[in-house]
Amino acid sequence: MAANTLKHALFCAVVTLVIAYPILGLNLEAEGINVTLAGADTSTVISVIAAAIVVFLFQLFRENILSALKSIPSPLPKTQKEPMAENKRARIESWVLTGIVILALFWPFFVSRGSVDLATLVLIYIMLALGLNVVVGLAGLLDLGYVAFYAVGAYTFALLSQYAGVSFWVALPIGACLAALFGFTLGFPVLRLRGDYLAIVTLGFGEIIRILLNNWTALTGGPNGVGGIPDPTLFGMEFGRRVKEEGNVSFHETFGIAYSGEHKVIFLYLIALVLAVFTALVIRRFMRMPVGRSWEALREDEIAARSLGLSRTAVKLSAFTIGAFFAGFAGTVFASKQGFISPESFVFLESAIILAIVVLGGMGSQIGVVLAAIAVTILPELAREFSEYRMLIFGAAMVLMMIWRPQGLMPVRRIHIPLRKQE
Amino acid sequence: MLEVQNLSMRFGGLLAVDGVSLDVKEREIVSIIGPNGAGKTTVFNCMSGFYKPSGGKILFEGQEVQGKPDYKISRLGMVRTFQHVRLFNNMTVVENLLVAQHRHLNTNLIAGLLKTPDYRERERKSLDRAAYWLERVGLMDLANREAGNLAYGQQRRLEIARCMVTEPKLLMLDEPAAGLNPAETKDLNQLIVSLKEDYCVSVVLIEHDMSLVMDISDRINVINQGRPLASGTPEEIRQNKDVIKAYLGEA
Ligand SMILES: Nc1ncnc2c1ncn2[C@@H]1O[C@H](COP(=O)(O)OP(=O)(O)OP(=O)(O)O)[C@@H](O)[C@H]1O
Ligand SMILES: [Mg+2]
Repeated sequence: MAANTLKHALFCAVVTLVIAYPILGLNLEAEGINVTLAGADTSTVISVIAAAIVVFLFQLFRENILSALKSIPSPLPKTQKEPMAENKRARIESWVLTGIVILALFWPFFVSRGSVDLATLVLIYIMLALGLNVVVGLAGLLDLGYVAFYAVGAYTFALLSQYAGVSFWVALPIGACLAALFGFTLGFPVLRLRGDYLAIVTLGFGEIIRILLNNWTALTGGPNGVGGIPDPTLFGMEFGRRVKEEGNVSFHETFGIAYSGEHKVIFLYLIALVLAVFTALVIRRFMRMPVGRSWEALREDEIAARSLGLSRTAVKLSAFTIGAFFAGFAGTVFASKQGFISPESFVFLESAIILAIVVLGGMGSQIGVVLAAIAVTILPELAREFSEYRMLIFGAAMVLMMIWRPQGLMPVRRIHIPLRKQE
Repeated sequence: MLEVQNLSMRFGGLLAVDGVSLDVKEREIVSIIGPNGAGKTTVFNCMSGFYKPSGGKILFEGQEVQGKPDYKISRLGMVRTFQHVRLFNNMTVVENLLVAQHRHLNTNLIAGLLKTPDYRERERKSLDRAAYWLERVGLMDLANREAGNLAYGQQRRLEIARCMVTEPKLLMLDEPAAGLNPAETKDLNQLIVSLKEDYCVSVVLIEHDMSLVMDISDRINVINQGRPLASGTPEEIRQNKDVIKAYLGEA
């Protein structure tokens, strides 16, 4: 046993050396047209060796370290506490949630423009994560290409406005429905796949969409993206300083107030808020409906679900379609917020971040997903000074989370269903 | 109502089921017995559409069902349980029963979102049916527990209740008494008889517990190494020389 651990630790240390030394320790230096290989200075070599030693020691004492980490009590409350009376809990919960939404409605009028902008982004991530939660958390289908549907929504609006002058409000349902259609289409080839295979195919699908957007220059502008995406209007009132479109009036003139760039930002935030609340409510309702339960049944035991008459096709397709629909929503809002989109915004890392939000939040749990979306978007902004270490901190947080609380921030609580006594 | 003719199932070189026939009438309990690995579960898997049989016919109410997808067969009214309990473990007991009633899932997405009166009515009915069966199998107090946390015997009963809420015509039970204590087995005995008597369900039963089988079966089919060995009433089977030899040989 001990010999094995030693061998394993040595192996890991050597791998660290073999990988780290060429990458960090060797520099290419240009001298005229020649390139020469130069060794690194001593400090780099020392740090590479130090890293290898750390890896060696960690692997050697891995068991002890991990069990020590586990034995530190988790800072978060335990899941298995005394359950509160069901109706009381539900009442408190709905009051608190309503309170939060009302607060969120008034909050932007008292803070800086930057914060409102950031909050809009958080809301977009909340929509995305709630949608992905349907596919991954509820239906248990690991989708690594979710960002594709987000891209479909965003590009639908961008292109429709560019070529047909379509406004935000018209593009919103079109973008969502088109994304849903893409979700439906992706659902077909992956019907029979599960687990790893499904993950790989969806990953490929996400990349295909991105590469398509990147290379179909005639339509999408390729890597240059699409710009000049209009802002949403409020009953035909525009938020710009000057009215862009014939027949529209501007918001600040209608109300006789001074023009301010903040109006637009706040308006967009409010739209995002309403859409996020809408998303949450619709999915919450789905979870209490036959569709939602059959998603979960499929996740729990596909064979049993089928033996009870659930069609795998219908259940999987509905999960993909509905999940993609909300990504389309988020995409449209995103395009409008940015005013400019390019394939850069829809890389795999985005899918990974949305997935991380779902996992951190606690698969299937809505409140958890919202909290995680806030944490994952805002923390990096707060820690701007450490921006270089962002992914490092993110990764460390994930690892610690998986050790301490694999069920996520706020694991799902089953819905309590009261029954009437039968005679 | 159910007729299995000359069923065979081949896995590569192994002929797991070879020429098995079965005949179940309305309100009848028919058992399939045989030593381990005889091919009993495989017969069930063919009947419930999990496997496409290599040969033979399965007629349910005059309709050929062999090779049909499993969910369609179950919608016709042939529902099964599993040798190893398969519940939706992270869902509550009621939810397990509600899922079983979701066959018309895609028709009422909008109705469900809007909570139309028709939808509410249907929801109430399925809740009442769930409550009825929970009381029937004595799980009412555990209705909102997660199914995975139930004791083994309770899980077995929940699995049967989950089949019954679909209002099946034919129930296939794969070793329902496995792992139960004598008292629980006695309850199960009464439950199965009552399913037949009070709910007009036909039952096909795979079971190793001989006293249970002999007690409640109307007829018994014995399979050995995939081939039919004997069939008849419990009395006939008890006296059949081949059966005695097969079972003694196994022991
Ligand atoms: N999917 C499969 N692929 C290959 N062989 C299989 C498959 N399913 C069953 N078998 C084989 O078919 C034979 C019959 O298995 P089956 O499970 O039907 O037996 P059984 O009568 O239910 O036994 P037990 O009493 O132990 O449950 C066994 O030899 C088994 O290994
Ligand atoms: Mg078996």
